[in-house]
Amino acid sequence: MNKNNVIEAQNLTKMFGDFTAVDAITFDVKKGEIFGFLGANGAGKTTAMKMLIGISKPTSGAAKVAGFDVFTNTEDIKKNIGYMSQKFALYGDLTVKENITFFGGIYGLSRKSIKEKSAVLIEELGLEKVASKLVGSLPLGWKQKLSFSVSLLHDPKIVFLDEPTGGVDPITRRQFWEMIYKAAHQGTTVFVTTHYMDEAEYCDRVSIMVNGKIEALDTPKKLKEQFQVDNMNDVFLKLARR
Amino acid sequence: MSITVNHISKSYKNVKALEDISFQVKEGELFGLIGPDGAGKTTLFRILTTLLIANEGSATVADFDVVADYKKIRNNVGYMPGKFSLYQDLTIEENLNFFATIFGTTIEENYDLIKDIYVQIECFKDRRAGKLSGGMKQKLALCCALIHKPKVLFLDEPTTGVDPVSRKEFWDMLKRLQQKGITILVSTPYMDEAALCDRIALIQNGKILQIDTPQAIVKHYPKKIYNVRASNTYQLINALNDYEYNHSVYPFGEFVHYTDSRKDFNPKDLIDYLESKDLSHIEIGKTEPTIEDTFMELAK
Repeated sequence: MNKNNVIEAQNLTKMFGDFTAVDAITFDVKKGEIFGFLGANGAGKTTAMKMLIGISKPTSGAAKVAGFDVFTNTEDIKKNIGYMSQKFALYGDLTVKENITFFGGIYGLSRKSIKEKSAVLIEELGLEKVASKLVGSLPLGWKQKLSFSVSLLHDPKIVFLDEPTGGVDPITRRQFWEMIYKAAHQGTTVFVTTHYMDEAEYCDRVSIMVNGKIEALDTPKKLKEQFQVDNMNDVFLKLARR
Repeated sequence: MSITVNHISKSYKNVKALEDISFQVKEGELFGLIGPDGAGKTTLFRILTTLLIANEGSATVADFDVVADYKKIRNNVGYMPGKFSLYQDLTIEENLNFFATIFGTTIEENYDLIKDIYVQIECFKDRRAGKLSGGMKQKLALCCALIHKPKVLFLDEPTTGVDPVSRKEFWDMLKRLQQKGITILVSTPYMDEAALCDRIALIQNGKILQIDTPQAIVKHYPKKIYNVRASNTYQLINALNDYEYNHSVYPFGEFVHYTDSRKDFNPKDLIDYLESKDLSHIEIGKTEPTIEDTFMELAK
C-alpha cells in the first residue's frame, strides 16, 4: 500500500444473489483528503461504504483501509476509523457528557483522556450550557455536530460521514463543513456522501457512482471541465441517468 | 382562497413549535414552506390536515374550517407525510386499491390524474411496498395521496434524502399536477427547490421569516454579495472570519459568499488583507443573492 493512501480499492465487488450492488470499483483516497462519494439513491454508495468500514464482506476484489485488509482485518479497521451514520446514532436519553464518556470508553480511551477531550470538545462546539442535557432534546444541527466530534474522539486516521447534513439548516450546514475542513487540515482523511451538490464543490476530489460503478472521479473543477458545465449539479444530472 | 392560516400557534409542553403563523394560498398555487428540520413545518401540516389542533388561531382548507369541518377536509385533501406511511406488506396495487376504496372511488375513475406517475412503477405492481427503493416508494405515496382527486395536496418534505436527479423528476411531476388545477403546499429543506414554487414562506424556529415570490425574496436582499476564491479554501474561510469588517462569510460551492459591514467597501482592501494572510490566487467578484443567502441573512 502506498503510504500516502488511506484507502486503496481494486475491483471491489459486492453481489446479493445475482444482483451486483457494487461492480468492481477501483480508487484511492489520499491522506488528509476530503473525498466526496456521490451517487443517486440505490447506486451502491452505502453498500460500498459498509465494505470499507468492515461490516460487510466483499464478494471479490481487494481493498485496504488505514492499512488493513477488508477481508481479514476488519477489527483493526474499526479501531482506526470513525463513522457517522445518516441516522442519528448517539443515545438520546444520555446527556452530552454521558455520550462522550460512553463512546470514549468503547474506543478504550483512558478516563483522564476522556475528561480532557470532553472539555475541549464541549467548548469547541459551544455546548457548555447544554452539556448536562439529554441529547434527544437538542436541535438536529447540534446533534450532527456532536456526532461528528464523537466519531473523531479516538483520533481515527479516516472518518466516514454518511449524509451528515441532510435536513440541517443552511447556517449549521456550513459550520459543519468548517469542522470537516478543520479535521482534514489536521490530517484526518474525510470520506463523505451528500445529496447537496454545493457540498460536492467543497471536496478535494469527488467520485460519482452510477448503477454500482464509479463513472467519474476527479476534482470538482476537472469534472466540470470534462462535462462542460458550470456546477456539480449539472455534472450529476448528466451522469446519473445515462 | 384554497388555504388560509390566521395567527396559528402550537406548543408542546415548553416548546413553541409554531408562533403566530399567518398566510394564504391561492387556488391552483404551488406554495413552498422552506425551512430546516425543527422549523415547525410538520406541525403546521398536521394542523391543516386535521390531525392536530392548534392552541390558538384558526385555519381553513378548501373553505372548510380545520376544526369544525374536519371530516370534509379529509375528503378533499391528499397528504403525503415525511415518513413513508403506506402498508409495507401490501403490494403497490393493493396499497393503491386500498386508498381508493377508503375514499369510495376506484383506480379507474381517477386514473387520468395518476397515470404519469403510476406508469413509472406499474411494472412492479405486484411487489410489496416494503421492498421498493426510496424513489419508487415516493411515487407510490404520491399516487395514493392523489387517488381520490383532492383539491389540495399536502407534501411534507417529499424530497428529503433524495438524490438530485430524482428530486428534479419529482418537481417536474408536481408542475404537471399543478396544471391539472390542484393546489399544492410543499415543504422542503432544500433552498434550491424554493425557486420552483410560485410563492414561498421561509420558516425557522416556528416563525415565518418572510413570504413572497422567490424572485421578490432575493430582490430584497439588503447587501452586495461577493464571490471570493483563493488557493486554500480552509485558510480563506478562517481569514475572512477574522476580518474585522465582515458582515457574513458563508462557503458556497466553489466560492465563499462574502458581505462587508461598510457602506464604502472597496474589494481592493479585502485583496490586500487576504494577501497579508499569505493567500494567493485571490479572486473577488460580485454575484447575485440566492434564496439560501436570504434565508441565512434573515436567520442570523
